[in-house]
Amino acid sequence: MIEENLIPKIGVITDVRRDTPDVKTFRVVGTDGKKLFKHMPGQCAMVSVPGVGECMFSITSSPTNEEYMEFSIKKCGCVTEVIHSLEVGQQITVRGPYGKNFRVEEDFKGQDLLFIAGGIGLAPLRSVINYVRHYRSNYGKVVIVYGARSKDDLVDIEEIQNEWMNEPNTEVYLTIDRPQEGWDGHVGFVPAYVKELGLNPNMTAVLCGPPIMIKFTLAGLLEIGFDKSRVFTTLELRMKCGIGKCGRCNVGDKFVCKDGPVFRMTELDELPDEY
Amino acid sequence: MLKIAKERLNELYAKINETMGLFMPIKKAGEVNYHVWGEGKEVSLETLKTVKSPKNMFFPQTENMMKFKTEGKNIEIVDVREKLAAAAEDKPFVMFGVKACDYKAIEVLDKVFLAEPVDTYYQIRRNAATIVTLACSKPEESCFCSVFGIDATAPQGDVTTWLDENYLYWQANTEKGENLTKLVETLFEKGGEAEVETQKANTQAILEKLPFANLDLSRFKPENLNELFDDTRWEEMSEACLGCGTCTFVCPTCQCFDIRDFKTNEGVIRYRCWDSCMYSDFTLMAHGNSHTTQMQRFRQRFMHKLVYYPSQNDGLYSCVGCGRCVNKCPQRLNIVKVIKTLGGNKND
Repeated sequence: MIEENLIPKIGVITDVRRDTPDVKTFRVVGTDGKKLFKHMPGQCAMVSVPGVGECMFSITSSPTNEEYMEFSIKKCGCVTEVIHSLEVGQQITVRGPYGKNFRVEEDFKGQDLLFIAGGIGLAPLRSVINYVRHYRSNYGKVVIVYGARSKDDLVDIEEIQNEWMNEPNTEVYLTIDRPQEGWDGHVGFVPAYVKELGLNPNMTAVLCGPPIMIKFTLAGLLEIGFDKSRVFTTLELRMKCGIGKCGRCNVGDKFVCKDGPVFRMTELDELPDEY
Repeated sequence: MLKIAKERLNELYAKINETMGLFMPIKKAGEVNYHVWGEGKEVSLETLKTVKSPKNMFFPQTENMMKFKTEGKNIEIVDVREKLAAAAEDKPFVMFGVKACDYKAIEVLDKVFLAEPVDTYYQIRRNAATIVTLACSKPEESCFCSVFGIDATAPQGDVTTWLDENYLYWQANTEKGENLTKLVETLFEKGGEAEVETQKANTQAILEKLPFANLDLSRFKPENLNELFDDTRWEEMSEACLGCGTCTFVCPTCQCFDIRDFKTNEGVIRYRCWDSCMYSDFTLMAHGNSHTTQMQRFRQRFMHKLVYYPSQNDGLYSCVGCGRCVNKCPQRLNIVKVIKTLGGNKND
């Protein structure tokens, strides 16, 4: 057997959960019923339906889950459309893990943590949030701000309401873009909400969501006094190989697939603005 | 140093071909490219620039990576590399007549494909190859390898050769080169040092007079990355670009590829093929595109060659000055113009 990153492993879908009208979460194990490979929060994997194509997704389950991996996938292109049609028992291919993870030991340990997500941007954060919950005593206060277009577009709402909201020393703030019947929570965009919350700027922050949300939320955090070198985000660009060779996700002297997807905001300042 | 009379070169090729594959510049349908040698083939060692660079010896324009057989909900993966590896082990091959620029380009590609995690498809072919380079004696106007510190009069490689009117001169540089020499040395006689020195001096005199010999690269440094990226002159430099991708296909160092699947009667084949950062769908995603204009794509290509790649690889540029893009661009755009515009004061 020749070692190779480009040859995938076979995964079996063991559960499909519909999170929102266009997001489904797929639970995947190997053909032996065990987890396919180890990963760290923020890392990604190439998932493919042979004959259709291969795409990079963040692994949304926590590394501390030793039984299976989960991918929360939004239907928005030709591969994700087919993935959404797959049922339990279907085999797919998976290769990875790829990319640099959130440095949960070096950068986050002992810190108060602020997680800000928009829409499907929760997928990579869910991995790190659940990791932090697993090693709860290693981390300080946890604040989670999560926004979506509507209440129906909040991904993993059951886990958020049943588990995250009941976690000690943890605050969860949800918001939706427009008022909606049956929603008595906050209404408004994430960047504005973040400024209203009176957050402690000494926290280490992680942002994930649409580029426009990240841009305005970061500006808001800096206004409140957050330290840019302690704000992290993830980038997403077209990828084919995942190992820094096919050339697609090149920005400046970095490849998002292998030097990212996790970046410190001060690192992004040094890159050309083309992502 | 060894030498062999020019009229006996066919014997040399035949001897190599007895036990190894032999690829060399051969004329076919009016174009000289690297092809398998055989009796009666029209070898053209003198051709300075094959139309396609020899990169396809290691990184073919298209190659199958794996097969998938699907049955119901199940998938079986067929790894094709074991066959590839077995074939390479059975029959290692010689690339004969590689010019200095193209040899340097292989070094540039090695740093991409052999960096961890290694690309085994490339590695299998690379390990099977013994590269015999050929010094240039008649560089052309579009050549500018010397700008990148490449010595066309004495290329590197497993074996270096020089060709004049009477003889081919041969010098092994590596273990692979020594092994190849053992295989063919009965055909050779000793000598040639003086002739080679004469040729080097003559070629050097031509190289110094080439129009692009003094291009100034001094501004292409990692610390100028953002300043170069933001330069307003990219707009006018790229205005005529058609986005045809010819420059990337003839370039010996362009390595971007696509991975795609196609369905056949015997299952799905996943293959990879050369791709081009000059194409609009290169960076297209379901949710948007990071390169929406041709200017951005044009800038990406040259920034990668002159700034991004060198910042990742200890200052090594990923242009080798072969001049193929200078000759082939239908709009006469090329890296020389970019270097002259952005490279440094000495270009003025």
